[in-house]
Amino acid sequence: MLDIKNIHASINGKEVLKGLNLTFRPGEVHAIMGPNGSGKSTLAKVVAGHPEYQVTEGEIEYEVNFRKKDLKAMEAYERAREGIFLAFQYPVEVPGVSNIHLLHSAFNMVCKHQGVEEMSQGEFRKFIEKKCEMLELKPQFLDRSVNEGFSGGEKKKNEILQMAVLNPRVAVLDETDSGLDIDALKIVAGGINRLKNQENCIVLITHYQRLLQYVVPDYVHILSDGKIIKTGDKALALKLEEEGYDWLIKS
Amino acid sequence: MRPQVLEKEYKYGFHTKIAVEEAPKGLNEDIIRFISTKKNEPDFVLQFRLKAFEYWKKIVEPKWALVNYPPIDYQDIRYYSVPKTKKAPKSLEDLDPELLKTFERLGIPLTEQKRISGVAVDAVFDSVSLGTTHKEVLEKHGVVFCSISEAIQTRPDIVKKYLGSVVPYTDNYFATLNSAVFTDGSFVYIPKGVRCPLDLSTYFRINNKESGQFERTLIVAEEGSYVNYLEGCTAPSYDNNQLHAAVVELVALDNAEIKYSTVQNWYSGDVNGQGGVYNFVTKRGLCKGVNSKISWTQVEAGAAITWKYPSCILQGDNSVGAFYSVALTNGKMQADTGTKMIHIGKNTKSTIISKGISANESSNVYRGLVKVMPSAENARNYSQCDSMLVENKATAHTHPYIEVNNKTAIVEHEASTSKISADQLFYLESRGFDVESAISLLVNGFCKDVFKQLPLEFSVEAVKLIEMKLENSIG
Repeated sequence: MLDIKNIHASINGKEVLKGLNLTFRPGEVHAIMGPNGSGKSTLAKVVAGHPEYQVTEGEIEYEVNFRKKDLKAMEAYERAREGIFLAFQYPVEVPGVSNIHLLHSAFNMVCKHQGVEEMSQGEFRKFIEKKCEMLELKPQFLDRSVNEGFSGGEKKKNEILQMAVLNPRVAVLDETDSGLDIDALKIVAGGINRLKNQENCIVLITHYQRLLQYVVPDYVHILSDGKIIKTGDKALALKLEEEGYDWLIKS
Repeated sequence: MRPQVLEKEYKYGFHTKIAVEEAPKGLNEDIIRFISTKKNEPDFVLQFRLKAFEYWKKIVEPKWALVNYPPIDYQDIRYYSVPKTKKAPKSLEDLDPELLKTFERLGIPLTEQKRISGVAVDAVFDSVSLGTTHKEVLEKHGVVFCSISEAIQTRPDIVKKYLGSVVPYTDNYFATLNSAVFTDGSFVYIPKGVRCPLDLSTYFRINNKESGQFERTLIVAEEGSYVNYLEGCTAPSYDNNQLHAAVVELVALDNAEIKYSTVQNWYSGDVNGQGGVYNFVTKRGLCKGVNSKISWTQVEAGAAITWKYPSCILQGDNSVGAFYSVALTNGKMQADTGTKMIHIGKNTKSTIISKGISANESSNVYRGLVKVMPSAENARNYSQCDSMLVENKATAHTHPYIEVNNKTAIVEHEASTSKISADQLFYLESRGFDVESAISLLVNGFCKDVFKQLPLEFSVEAVKLIEMKLENSIG
């Protein structure tokens, strides 16, 4: 569904991704691990279409509903409407805009784009309150300004809430587990598992094996210096936890 | 980073071709007498003008505002310009079709069939009011809503009592100039106990390339009355600058309430800062009676330079003043705007919410004074001044002056400066918002506390106006 072929990407003239290949298929969970500065967040931003990152070489092919799309040629918002989702490592504050307003607007924009009927305010409120329960968020959470004054846990839960609303085909979660206590981690992981299905693909970018105990990956990829240097299954993550990256990078 | 959105045309920039009757350029006693004679004014008005003119000759332009402009040649301005009519039109229907068309293009239909329901309109074109709509309904309630020239003829008692009572002719350079040469503006009188059945609104249009607009508005709300007043402003795109030096006086007596809202969209000049209106305006409300309320809500989105401080004098005990402002500057616009809240009576309250948005190379200044006089026991003020920068070259300044002369006063001031960041835009884009809707969401969030003070249709217009101005500005 998403084919990343020999991607080279740079920011401010500095090359960060240096010929990266990955294939994501529906129903799969991928974990991407790697040392700091290896290009994990860059990969996430390149897939989501951050305008400051330039793809200098390679292709990103995306297939949704049997239609092939050239992701590179699409703006970030078009990608979002076509089912690409990025959960931010550092969710951004949007002062004065209520959470429910953002969620509702985003939901309706995606519906409109995909030719599905939009929801009224009342309908959406009911729909979203159900999703909130899944993440153990109180309904009042919806009326606060987006990410403003949210705790670290609330911010990350809110990202998963947005994912639940947008119902993406490819969801890249950039360090969604960082900064979470164990209870919040379980709730977030539970949310991800509920949203996982045979039609979407979940990509977890993480430093820690911990999240992967709850959301079990089919593949674990090691990213180093802008390339995938090893791919394995969940056992690879465990080995990393014990031995670090040195054995991989030196060899 | 992103393709520059093309400069959208200022859609009110057209000029109406119409025959005018005008005074020669320049300012002297003869011109003032000419204006006064043309308007067939009683002597007290002429004397008011002449005193102001004498005073004006002795004073100099203020320089304390953070704005830059070349010296204004006051002898190169035309102080009187009105559309020529064969005979006085009996009603708005009899107006020159060109004028009706002009206002229709501005979205202000004046004829009976098309006019906006629920809002009475006074249409001011250069130096003259063309007439007001919905007169009959208003008259039924005893509400007077007409041009100030008409009021001078029909209600000289009220005009004499209140003209210059809130903004004296000695107030400041531009107010003094206005007092000498004011041509038209609106007059509102709400009798005792009347809740004005319609929203009242004035639409100001500058058309003449060389004329200044010196309107004078006076609103008097008698005991226990209420009025909601709106004003809008536009001007053609000329390569020279037009001077707009208005004076607005509001008087609220016991238990009266006046809500005054402005959406200002004067031509602001081209991308190089050529042309545009100088908006040098003095607006002040006097909460004269106990429990009276005055609120100013302004959305300042146009004009090359804005110099404007709508203020409240809280004289009556328990009176309440409010100032809600969104000031947007882009291109090379300069705005120095804010308010003054003067607490005199006991238990007086004031609220200031100011939102400044500066884009491109513009400069946006909030300047405000909160003054608590010794007599103002238990005065209370809350001020919040937020600035949003849209680009690196834009500047934002906040100058709050606080003067407290009574120990029981509680004065709070909060301020913040933020930026529409690339991070915010990307965050929203990755949730499916295109750049335009992302900006609109951000700006609406930033200005929410002010927009919610505006009447609904005005609020929708204001949001659209700010969005349109900003679309041009985000690189």
